[in-house]
Amino acid sequence: MEKYIIRVEELRRDFQVGGETVHALRGVSFAIRQGEFVTIMGTSGSGKSTLLNILGCLDTPTSGEYYLDGISVREMGRNDRATLRNRKIGFVFQNYNLLPKTTALENVELPLFYNPSVSARERRERAVAALGEVGLSSRLHHRSNQMSGGQQQRVAIARALVNRPVMILADEATGNLDTRTSFEILTLFQRLHASGSTIVFVTHNPEIAQFSSRNIVLRDGRITEDTINPNILSAKEALDALPVENG
Amino acid sequence: MNYKNLIKIALKALSNNKFRGFLTMLGIIIGVASVIAMLAIGQGSKRSIREQISEMGSNMIMIHPGNGQFGGVRQSASSMQTLKLEDYETIRHEASYIAACSPTVNSSGQAINGANNAPTTVYGVNADYMDIRKYTVGRGEMFTEQDVKKAAKVCVVGQTVVDNLFTAGEDPLGRTIRFNKIPFKIVGVLSPKGYNSMGQDQDDLIIAPYTTIQKRVLAITYIQGIFVSALSEELSDRAIDDITAILRQNHKIKAGDEDDFHIRSQEELSSMLSSTTDLMTVLLACIAGISLLVGGIGIMNIMYVSVTERTREIGLRMSIGAKGRHILWQFLIEAVIISVTGGVIGVMLGIGASAAIKYLAGWPVFVQPYSVVLSFAVCTVTGVFFGWYPARKASNLDPIDALRYE
Repeated sequence: MEKYIIRVEELRRDFQVGGETVHALRGVSFAIRQGEFVTIMGTSGSGKSTLLNILGCLDTPTSGEYYLDGISVREMGRNDRATLRNRKIGFVFQNYNLLPKTTALENVELPLFYNPSVSARERRERAVAALGEVGLSSRLHHRSNQMSGGQQQRVAIARALVNRPVMILADEATGNLDTRTSFEILTLFQRLHASGSTIVFVTHNPEIAQFSSRNIVLRDGRITEDTINPNILSAKEALDALPVENG
Repeated sequence: MNYKNLIKIALKALSNNKFRGFLTMLGIIIGVASVIAMLAIGQGSKRSIREQISEMGSNMIMIHPGNGQFGGVRQSASSMQTLKLEDYETIRHEASYIAACSPTVNSSGQAINGANNAPTTVYGVNADYMDIRKYTVGRGEMFTEQDVKKAAKVCVVGQTVVDNLFTAGEDPLGRTIRFNKIPFKIVGVLSPKGYNSMGQDQDDLIIAPYTTIQKRVLAITYIQGIFVSALSEELSDRAIDDITAILRQNHKIKAGDEDDFHIRSQEELSSMLSSTTDLMTVLLACIAGISLLVGGIGIMNIMYVSVTERTREIGLRMSIGAKGRHILWQFLIEAVIISVTGGVIGVMLGIGASAAIKYLAGWPVFVQPYSVVLSFAVCTVTGVFFGWYPARKASNLDPIDALRYE
C-alpha cells in the first residue's frame, strides 16, 4: 500500500468578512502520495492560498479532514501545529523570507533551533549539507543581503530541506525571479523530486505545471482539474534552450 | 525547547542588529546616568551643608535673654540682664541630656600687639566651650578651671587673630596682647576651622575665661548667654525642654507667662538649611525623573518599533516551527540583555560623571546607593516591560498575518 503524505477530505474553509460568510474552500478532496511533485494552480480568489495555509498547518479547516503524514491536523492547537510544521514541512516562500543581515548558514540552521533533539553540532552539519545540496557550499557565510534573488531562494530551499520534512511546500517560489533563475530553481526542485522528495508547489503560473508530475486546478473553492502529467518537461533542458545572455 | 537555544537565538538577533540595540540602550544609559548624577549633586550639597553645621556643633543649644518688659516698656533682647550665673550653675548641675555647658559673655573691640592691631571679638567662656563649638587647640593649651576661678588674664586665639597681630611670623605662644587695654597672655592657638556656611570667619576670635571678661572687660555680673551641647542631636529637644523648665523656675515665671529667654538649637538651623537643600534635591530629582521618563518613552518606542518591524521575521519563525512562547522568550531575552547592559553602562557612566563633576567643577558630589538601585531598576523594568508587551502581542500573532505583514 502506498503512503499518502497528504490526504484531505471534503475540506471547507469559511471566513467571516463583515457580516457575510465567504466560502474560500467548498469541499476539496485529494490525496498526495510520497514522491509526487504536485502543482496546485488557480487564479487569485480561487482558494489556493487558503488551501496552502491549511496544508502548511498555518490554518485549520472549518470542516473536513486533513491528514499530514497520517496525522489528523484539524483538532490540533497552535503549539502542536508549530511542532508539526517544524518536523514535517519545509516552506519556500515567494519573497524568500530570509532573516536580514544573517548568514546563509545561520538562516538554514534556524528551523533546527526550534528542535531540541538536534544538537548544536548536528545542526551545523545538517545546515552545511543542505546548503551543499542546493549548490551554495561556497557561500555559507554570505549574508542574505549580499546574495542574488536566486541564491536567496536556494538558501530558503536549503532551509526547507534541513529539517528533513515529509514535503516541501512552495508558495509561488519562482514568482519574484526572472525566467532564467526560475528555471534554475525549478531544476533544483526537479532534482529534489527525482531523489524522492514530495513537493507541493502552489502557483498561478500555468507554465510551471509542465514541469510537475501532477496538476491540481482550483476554481472558486473547488477542484476543477486533477491530472497526472504524462510528459514532464525537464527544467534543465528548458534552461539550456534559453538564449545565452551576453557576458 | 531548551533555553540555551533561545538565548543563542536572541544573541544572534542582537548581534545582527547592533545599531538598533545600541540606540535602544542609549535611552536606558542616558536615563540611568542622569538620574544618578543629578541625585549625586543634590545629595552632595546637602551633605556638605550638614557637615559644616556639625562642624559648628550640630547638637549645640544657645540660650539668650529674651524680650522682657520693665514697667510696661518692652526692652530689646540684648540689653536684658535676665541671665545670671546661677542660671548657668543650675543648668550645669540639674539639666539632663546635656554633655557640656558654658556661659558666654562677649565683647567686640580692638586687639593690639605692639604696632599691629585688628578688630575682633573676645568670648568669655569656660573650657567646655571648646567641645560645644567643636574647637580644638592646635598649639599650646586651653586655659584651666583654675584660670576661670582666678579670672586670670589668659586667652586662646584664633588663627586669623594670629595672622593679624603677628605679621612677622613670630610665635604667639606666651606673648601678651592687649584687648581694650587689658593685657592677655596667649596660652594656646586654635586649629583653623575656616569659614562657615554663612561666610563667617570662624578663626577670628579670642577665647578667654568668662570671669575675666565679666570683671575686667565688661564690668558686669550677668551673662549674655549660655551655650549647651546636648548628648546627641536627637536629644536636643528633650534637653531644651529640661532647660526651659529650669530657667522658668529660676526666673519665677508663672504658668502662661512668656519666657524671658530664648533657646535656639543648631538643629533648627540645620533643619532650615536641609529643607533648602531638600528642595534642591527634589528639583534635581524632578529633572532626573523627567529624563528617566523620556528615556523610558524612548525605550518603549524603540522596543515597540523593533517588534513591529520584525513582524515578518516573527511570521517566518512561526512558520518554521517556533511556538508563541518561543517568540515571547526570544524578545524578552533580547529586552533583558539590552536593558541590563544599558543599565550597567548607565550606572558606570553616572558614577563616572559624578566623579568628573567632583574633580572638574569641585562640587560636593555623593553617589547614593539607593539612587543607583532606583534608576537601574526603573530603567530595566521599563525596558523589559516594553520589550515584553509588544513581544506578547507578537507571540499571539497569526503566522499567516505576520508573514503577509508589510
